[in-house]
Parts: sequence; structure tokens; C-alpha cells
Amino acid sequence: MSNAILSIHDLTIDLPRGADRPHAVEDVSFDLNTGEILCVVGESGSGKSMTANALMGLLPDGVTVGKGRAMFDGADVLTLSEVKKQAMRGARIGMIFQEPMTALNPLMRIGEQIAEVFEAHKLHTRAERRARALALVKEVGLPDPEKIVRAYPFQLSGGQRQRAMIAMALALEPEILIADEPTTALDVTTQAQILRLILALRDDRGMAVMFITHDFGVVAEIADRVIVMRHGLIVEAGMAQQVLESPQHDYTRALLDAIPTGKVPELAAVHAPPALEIRNLNKIYRTGGGLFRTGREVRAVNDVTLTIAKGEVVGLVGESGSGKSTLGRAVVRLVTPDSGQVLVGGVDLAALDTAELRKQRHRVQMVFQDPYASLNPRHRVLRSLSDGPIAKGVPKAQANARARELLDIVGLGADAATRFPHEFSGGQRQRIGIARALAMDPELIIADEAVSALDVSIQAQVLELLAELRRKMGLSILFITHDLRVAAQVCDRIAVMQHGRLVEVGAVRDVFHSPKETYTRELLAAVPGAKWAVDTAVTKQGAPA
Amino acid sequence: MTFWKRFSSNRGAVIGLILLIAVILIALLAPVIYPGGPWKMVQRPFLVPFTTDGFPLGTDTLGRDVTAGLVHGARVSLLVGLVSTLMALLIGVPLGALAGFYGGYVDEGAMRFTEFFQTIPNFALAIVLVAILQPTLGSITLAIAIVSWPPVARLVRAEVMSLKRREFVEAAHLAGLSNMRILVSEVLPNAVSPIIVMASLMVATAILLESSLSFLGLGDPNIMSWGYMIGAARTVIRSAWWLSFFPGVAILITVLALNLIGEGLNDAFNPHLRKGRT
Repeated sequence: MSNAILSIHDLTIDLPRGADRPHAVEDVSFDLNTGEILCVVGESGSGKSMTANALMGLLPDGVTVGKGRAMFDGADVLTLSEVKKQAMRGARIGMIFQEPMTALNPLMRIGEQIAEVFEAHKLHTRAERRARALALVKEVGLPDPEKIVRAYPFQLSGGQRQRAMIAMALALEPEILIADEPTTALDVTTQAQILRLILALRDDRGMAVMFITHDFGVVAEIADRVIVMRHGLIVEAGMAQQVLESPQHDYTRALLDAIPTGKVPELAAVHAPPALEIRNLNKIYRTGGGLFRTGREVRAVNDVTLTIAKGEVVGLVGESGSGKSTLGRAVVRLVTPDSGQVLVGGVDLAALDTAELRKQRHRVQMVFQDPYASLNPRHRVLRSLSDGPIAKGVPKAQANARARELLDIVGLGADAATRFPHEFSGGQRQRIGIARALAMDPELIIADEAVSALDVSIQAQVLELLAELRRKMGLSILFITHDLRVAAQVCDRIAVMQHGRLVEVGAVRDVFHSPKETYTRELLAAVPGAKWAVDTAVTKQGAPA
Repeated sequence: MTFWKRFSSNRGAVIGLILLIAVILIALLAPVIYPGGPWKMVQRPFLVPFTTDGFPLGTDTLGRDVTAGLVHGARVSLLVGLVSTLMALLIGVPLGALAGFYGGYVDEGAMRFTEFFQTIPNFALAIVLVAILQPTLGSITLAIAIVSWPPVARLVRAEVMSLKRREFVEAAHLAGLSNMRILVSEVLPNAVSPIIVMASLMVATAILLESSLSFLGLGDPNIMSWGYMIGAARTVIRSAWWLSFFPGVAILITVLALNLIGEGLNDAFNPHLRKGRT
């Protein structure tokens, strides 16, 4: 294909001295063709976002383009003057970002923000701008456009905000759209809608799209061509189908293998007594309200009953706002439920008073989502691990010995004990978090989105660790996640939650292959690359392992 | 040590630190340099600076050595500044921490109490307190502490409120630690850096407050201080400018040094905030 609209030659981006490597991106060359969706895939730190920022002239301070050219319409966009760059941004190349809430101005109405794009490029009269904004809002499929243009960003949902961002990026009909992880912060069903929207816009307008993502599922869904980046280098490039089906480079293969596939494990027969019984649990959040008016009520957990057997892993799946986190927190009593019982080893945690609760806390432990916020930055790892057992009454020497042993078990080595959390990577910190939970000898572990913040290859390692610990120690786990593929990989049973209710509970195989509820079916269909994943899962199972 | 490296990369902060160390040394060595004390009349009055050997900054209305007054005054200024700040921290930190950590009625109560002090102008309250108590070094320090703790309580409350929602604090709850233990060993250590920065600036304000009180004649009459020197010299400011000028410079340098240090500490504790600056 020779209709390249943007061609990058030997692009090298220098990092400031003292960074972990000299170049963010090194000798990167690729073409972007009109009407094509090019996916740039890589894990965090691979330089994929830096490439996009260099094109837009949005590199952070201290980071500079070392060498290379990016030819767009006969000119090198990397060496344009700031004035020309400004004219090009938005008008010729549009960009959308990962977090639509922070990318939109919270104090401006949506319509005004779109109109501002025209204003910045001195186009049209006021009335025309408003009319065009309205038309754009319609085009990106926002419901009730008249109302949306007068709404503020906080009044929209995450998916709607991302649509508004796309409308802004499209305002001046750019020839190239750069999308930097635009669906990463969204739920699966919303993500599927946004991906469909981008596909439709590409078809209607013949734009070239450079789509940056870490998710091969998304790649399978929309990409025409794929570039795989690692440590600032392009390790593989090719047509989407070719890369997905017969990856040439080891790294691509490792990435593809690390993706949790729809491959469903056999159901382990569990006839053990329950480790956790939740009975008719309710939690209502009330906001606002006062003496004379009633506030808004949200039923976060609505009459939920669920049992987890000893040694069983149950996945709790749902979109954001479905109440899955509240349920998890109610089980550990970080949230006190309004009514219902949480029985762990015969003790009703929901009914204990504060003093009694502190003695029973060790029965249920939690692994948190954010590996950076879940460890006290001022405590050495050893202290984070042994404080709990010591408070429980374990002698100090024994608690410390056990902590070292656990660090060894989670694969960090006992000498990690004397270091501070900031010396570890995200994946390593999550291992510490797991060791901390294990240190209390709990009867049940709640993993609240425990792998969501990690890169795919790291994610696979942590999931492997959980599976191994489970085999060795017979752990019971409530695994909360929004990612169905992850749930399928580690869980025995899956509970699907929507609007605070459990809509479907069943063995993984049943839920995945013959979902009973419409909502479950919608969720499954929305998983990016669902079809592709099932296909590969079939071929993988078919091949001798 | 990387902390020192980050601190010293701010040149102003290093200058401030050197100045402050110099002032502290002078204060400590005052009895050695001027064993006679600041009150002794040693020459004829109104000696112009830089004219007589041994009296580089001249003499005041009663023939007392201005240099001796400055050197001894440094002791009072630093002492009042440090002690009153410590006292303010002792009131503000626990109150703010409890309010932020427990929320609800504890928070309401503590914050209304804080507001009671914040609604009265600082300086007016300090004057009233010193006037009611006898103007001694102790009562002046106490008065300054009482008017300067509310911002500390507010700061600590805000820090604790955001820290207590962090996951590591929730993990500590799950580990069965007591509330007091969580507050003292998990939450507060993470709030230390803004408190230190604020404290360094509070020492500067306390020195200014003390000088203002002494200027108005509300200082301890038995102790030489910079504010008192300026106050005593204001009637002759046109004929003997140096009597108010040099104590003023001393206050300026000390307060400036503390502010520079505060800024440097802020940079060193929050390295990510200064990336944009070059």
C-alpha cells in the first residue's frame, strides 16, 4: 500500500539523563495509511504513548525528539514551528485520551467545549459553531443531544464523556485520529460501544486511526494492522490477522499467551463445608437529604445470598457500579451492611461489635487493587506483614519468621523483608499484598480487582501465583473483577452482579457456554476479541499440550 | 542521602540554612561575645555606626551597645519562635488528627472549637492574652502558641482525612490493629512532611509576632529583644536611624532564612511538584 498519509522514519525520542534507559523510543519507522486502523500494542513503558505525544508535540519536559522524521502532507511534523503545530493539532490530527474525566474541562458545558475547538481555529460564527457542536454530538451517538450540549462533564457517564471527547477530536474533520488507550477506563459493554463507534467513524470519514492499546482483545476487534512495541523498539509489525494467528517474535507470542483466554477449566468437585456464607445481605447508600427532603438512595447490595465452599474460588463479575466492590467490602466489614448475615467459620461478622470484630478480623483478608496505595510507604515490608499477626497475639519472632517464609512462597525471597515498598514494581507489590493477606492465616481471601492495575504479562504471573497458592494451601477466594477473561481463568464458579443483585451464579463452564440471563450474554458478547479468544482457545485445547 | 540532595538543589534553601545556622551560633555564643549583657551602658549615647572601634553598630539613646543588643536579642527571638511553634504543634496535631480520623461529632466539635480561635484576629488575641497574663517570656510564648495552632489543626485534619481512605490503612484495619495504633503508626507518619514545612514557616511568623508585641511595649521588660529595640528607637528614628534599622535587618534575615528553608523542605518532600520549574 502506498497511500500512506503519515510516515515515520527512524524516530528516536531521548529521555532525560538518569532515566532507566537512554531512549523512550528508538529507530521506530512505520506508515499510517488512509482509512486504516493501526493498533500500537505494548505494555506500560514500551514507548507507545510517547510516540503519539511526539507527533502531537506534547512531549513532557526534558523529553525531546532525538532524530527521525514524521512526514505528514509533505512536511515534517516534528520540526514544525509551534504556531504551525497549533494549527495542525485538532484540525489535521485529532487525539483522544484514556481518562475522559480529566481530559474535559469540568467547568464547561459539553457544547461549549466542542464549540471552543472551532473558536481556537477561528472558524464559523457563534450560531454555526453551536449548530455544528450539536451535529457532532448527534454523530457520536450521544442520547438526547439537545440536553447533552448543555450538560457538564460530571453529569455524563464514562462512556458518554469518551463520546464527547471523540466529538471534540472530530470537530475539524482531521485526517488522522490518535487514540491513546481510549477504552481502558471503561466497562466492557461501554468499551464495545466505543470501539463500534470508532469503526463506524472510520468507515464514514475514511480517517486514519492510530489506536494505542495494551489489550490484544481490542486489537482483534478493530485492527487492520498491528505494531508491537517493547522497550521503545518495534518488535513485530504486520496485518492484524497474521500477527494474532502466527506471531513471529517471542515477545508477541508471550503477550498473546499471557492473555487470559476464554479457555474454561474443568469444574473441581467441591463438597467441603462452606468457608463463607452470605445470607440476604443488604447495603443502601444514602446521599444528600436533610430534615425536610429525602436523599438519593442507592441499593449497592440488594438481598444477596452466596456461598463459597472451602478451597473454592468464586468470581464476582460485574460492571462498575454493580455493587461488587461493596459486597466484597461488606464481607470484610470495611463497610457495615444494613441487614443480613456474613458467616465465616460459624461467626457472623456482620453482627459483631467493634471490639469483638477486631479479634475476628483475621478470618477474612483482602488483596487490594492498587499496588501503589495498599502498602504503607513508610514501613518496611517486614513490618507490613508482621504487624497484624503480632496484634493477634503471635510472638514477634515467630511472626517475623513466618513473614520471611511467606515472602519466599510468593516468589520474592526472604531478603525482601527489610526493603521499602517503593523499591518494588507493581507486580512485586501485589505479591507482597498477597503475602500480607496470607500472614493472618485467613479462612477466606477477597481479591478486589487484584490484577486489574497490572500489565498482561505481570497479570498472568500473579494469577499463576494465586492458582499455585490455592493448590498448595487450599485457599478459598472471592475474586472480584470486571474482566470476564480473568475470571474464567482462575475461578470455579462465577457470580454475575448487576444493580446490586446477583443475576446469575454457576460453574464457569455453564456461565460461559450457556448463560441463562440476558445480561450475562450481553457481558460476554461485549468482551473485546471474544470470538477470536474462543477460536484460539479451541485450537489450543485441540493441540497436544 | 537523596533527601539532602533534593534539598540542596534549591540554592535559596541552602543559603537560608547557612543564615539560620549563623543566627543560631550567634545566639548560642552571645554570653561569650558580650559577657556584660545587653543592658550595660558602655559609651556615650547616639554613637554613629562604623565610627568607633569596638562598637561597629553604634550605641543607643542610653549609650548601650547595639551589637550586644542584637546578639542577645537573637536568643529571645529564636527561643520564642521554636518553643511557641512546638506548643502550637502539640495542640494542633492531636486535635486535627482526631477530628480527621474519627469524623462525625468529634470532627464537628473540634472544628467549631478551632473556628472560635480563627474568628478572632491573631494579633488582637495575642495582645489581649499578654495583657491579661503578665508580660513575661513564658506568657508571650504561650500567647503566640495559642493564636497559631488553628492552621496546624486544619492541615493535619485534611491530611488525615485523605490518608485514612488509602488502602494500606484499610489493610491495617483488617489486620485487627486498634484505631489509636492505626492513627499513630500508619496515618500520622505519612502526614509528617507537610507538617514540617508548615512548622518551619510558623517559626518565622512567631518571630514576627514576638517582635510586634515587643514593639508595642508588651514584651518582657527584663529581656532584650529585636522588637523592643525597634520600639524603643522609634521616637528618634529621624535622628538615629541605625537604632531601628539594624534590628529590622536582623528580623528580616532570620524570617527570610526560615522561609527559604521552608520552601526547600517543601521541594525536597514533594519532588514531583517542582518538575515544571527550571
